Amino acid sequence: MLLFAPIDVLNDLLLRLGLGEETIRYFIWPLIQIGLVVTLVALWVAYATYLERKISAFMQARLGPMRVGPWGLLQPIADGLKLLTKEDFIPEKADRWIFFFAPYIAVASAFIVFSVIPFGPDWAVIADVNIGLLLVLAVSSVGVLALILAGWSSNSKYALLGGLRSSAQMVSYEVAMGLSLIGALMFARTLSLSGIVGAQGADSIWYVLYQPAGFLLFLISGIAENNRAPFDLPEAESELVAGFHTEYSGMRWSLFFMAEYAAMVVVSAVATTVYLGGWYFPFVYRLETAGHHNLFVLVSVLVFLVKASLILYFYFWLRWTLPRFRYDQLMDIGWKWLIPSALINIVISAFAIFLVQALNGYRGMQTIEFLDRGLNLTAAGKAIMIVMGIIGLFATAWLLSRINWRSRDFNLKVQRRDIKLVNMPKGKPAVQAGS
Amino acid sequence: MHQVEIATTQETLLDSPEMVLNMGPQHPSTHGVLRVVLKLDGETVIDLDCDIGYLHRGMEKIAENRMYTQIAPYWDRLDYIAAVSNGLVWVETVEQMMGLPVPPRAHYLRTILTELNRIASHLLWLATHALDIGAVTVLLWALREREEILKIFERQFGARLTCHAWRVGGMPNDAYDDFNKDVRQFVNNFPKRLDEYETVLSENRIWLSRTVGIGVISAEDAIAIGLSGPALRGSGVPWDVRKSRPYAAYGDMDFDIPVGENGDTYDRYLVRLEEMRQSRRIIDQALENLPDGPVNAKLPKIVKPPVGDYYHTIEAPKGEIGCYIVADGTAQPWRVRVRPPSFINLQALRQMCIGHLVADVVAIIGTLDIVLGEIDR
Repeated sequence: MLLFAPIDVLNDLLLRLGLGEETIRYFIWPLIQIGLVVTLVALWVAYATYLERKISAFMQARLGPMRVGPWGLLQPIADGLKLLTKEDFIPEKADRWIFFFAPYIAVASAFIVFSVIPFGPDWAVIADVNIGLLLVLAVSSVGVLALILAGWSSNSKYALLGGLRSSAQMVSYEVAMGLSLIGALMFARTLSLSGIVGAQGADSIWYVLYQPAGFLLFLISGIAENNRAPFDLPEAESELVAGFHTEYSGMRWSLFFMAEYAAMVVVSAVATTVYLGGWYFPFVYRLETAGHHNLFVLVSVLVFLVKASLILYFYFWLRWTLPRFRYDQLMDIGWKWLIPSALINIVISAFAIFLVQALNGYRGMQTIEFLDRGLNLTAAGKAIMIVMGIIGLFATAWLLSRINWRSRDFNLKVQRRDIKLVNMPKGKPAVQAGS
Repeated sequence: MHQVEIATTQETLLDSPEMVLNMGPQHPSTHGVLRVVLKLDGETVIDLDCDIGYLHRGMEKIAENRMYTQIAPYWDRLDYIAAVSNGLVWVETVEQMMGLPVPPRAHYLRTILTELNRIASHLLWLATHALDIGAVTVLLWALREREEILKIFERQFGARLTCHAWRVGGMPNDAYDDFNKDVRQFVNNFPKRLDEYETVLSENRIWLSRTVGIGVISAEDAIAIGLSGPALRGSGVPWDVRKSRPYAAYGDMDFDIPVGENGDTYDRYLVRLEEMRQSRRIIDQALENLPDGPVNAKLPKIVKPPVGDYYHTIEAPKGEIGCYIVADGTAQPWRVRVRPPSFINLQALRQMCIGHLVADVVAIIGTLDIVLGEIDR
């Protein structure tokens, strides 16, 4: 393949330069990969803003950016240039150094996660760490720190309220987010993200089918984790002006913006990896068997990007449709709904696995194929799992709504009567028509 | 008015549970230049005070040095969202002082145009109220409908927002050629669009939890404060000047007054939506029965009402707008005073907000539907 010839040429060149094979493999290539991923992710993030503006425009019966380039395609670049050249303003009373560094923490914590995301097979992974998922959760929660520091150091009350809101919100939703992933981990039996994708590939299924409840919980808590609408309380512009980044401007502000979109991309990527089978797509493997290895990797990366972008689209869709929650309601949802559902989901998943194992060999039924890479089930086993997953989803929703039925905040529409129309008698006219 | 003690300083910020938050005059959702000083415990409002006057233009004082016909354009800038309704209260008061017979066609056109203005004003309220609560898309949908009305205004009055609609004694000119067609088209398309907004908001769980039980005010309190318009009707008091003292051609119209029950933000929301439907009904009827004839009464060269004081109210979109004029027999009024509905409705803010969260303050300011041009005058 002509397209991938430069890779071999570069490899040869590096070898001839006298670098050892180990150095090239563990140092030079990762550096190239990192460079590529950072550039591509930054582009993705920039164009995510463009897509958001376009999608929101179509939802709102308008056009969106149209001026810079064809269909406004160069708008993100123009925005970036504008923000780069703006004044880097730091308020006089701000805590200078913290104010200075908070945006970098935000961006770094969002971008570090990309180091373990498997964009595709083989060379499309920078690092396959065996605690990949833990690393993702750990590093993305460092992002909270940036928000709190930004809110505190701005020395503005709006920023402070935004920072406090974000810390409370992210701490509560991280619990739900972590718990919602456990169900999928029980099937995959590994924390390595490549391993999770591999387990889904070996079982030839997407875990969203086994774990519909877990997938939904992860998406919802992911939105909250990213401070996106309807959970965008830390930066609720109608209440807190701009929340934690009220005092930021120019490039520093845009770093927060990039961090937000990068965090969204991260959540979409993790959801794709864990629940949507990562870079797997039916029939793409035929490229590999036909001998086009590099093309196979490239198509797989594209599949991954498309899947993640669909989840991103879901985020945009929600943002431009729903009103914003209030702070206490947000906490209610986190603690009264998401965390209990995540716990119930773990129990149900465990029970489903137990059921499948118990039924294996019962009256000659075979449910488990083999157990070395995750849980590999036969068609019957898969059917049981999927049914259990759907039953679990509805059972959880039913149980929680039963528990919360009498709560004042639940089922508001049923609790009230509609307005009535009164046909009042007419009084004495103030002005006689045509008098 | 009640004063919030602003004693919290930098040193006590950490020790005291209270924090004073200065909301406005530059704030995205105080609807102009309203300044609200909030005393917060965490995010719960324990006290608040409104600071107004940032848009004071001394309109009532200016009016003392202008001729009766010259004052009318100033009145359009009171509630700039509903310029047509505000203009009407001035010209109708002067017409009553003079005892001028206004031709019926002018009355009917006034009814159609003020009701269109009511819909435009309520649409802008819906847009900003939804935006305050976080539903951004409703903003652009509502503004799209409002645009249709503004186009009619532009063709009729020559301006979109600050249209000077009336003259003492009638209208400056008759309806333009395609007026009937344009209004009819709007009237036919509007209910569909209104249903569309309702699908996004009325049954939405988040919208319900943000509005139900927020900013409750009882009928007794509402009357005691002097609320008017949808804010009063949301609390269950069926009071509407269009019915109780019909002006323009409202006496001939058949329409209902929507009345809420709980006096909360959600009821006021439903009342305003229903009012838009009723306005559409009124426009429909007025257009059907639009009489022919002149649109202007014969007027003396200089408008010189007889000595005396006059008070007249109409139902503006925000509530009951009144105009009190003391005439001394000259061509200029001796004293003019407006009863601005937004100003009086704003007084309920403190009672409605205490005990709620910061996010609710924004929702309550939105539900009161205030316009600072009218409050500060």
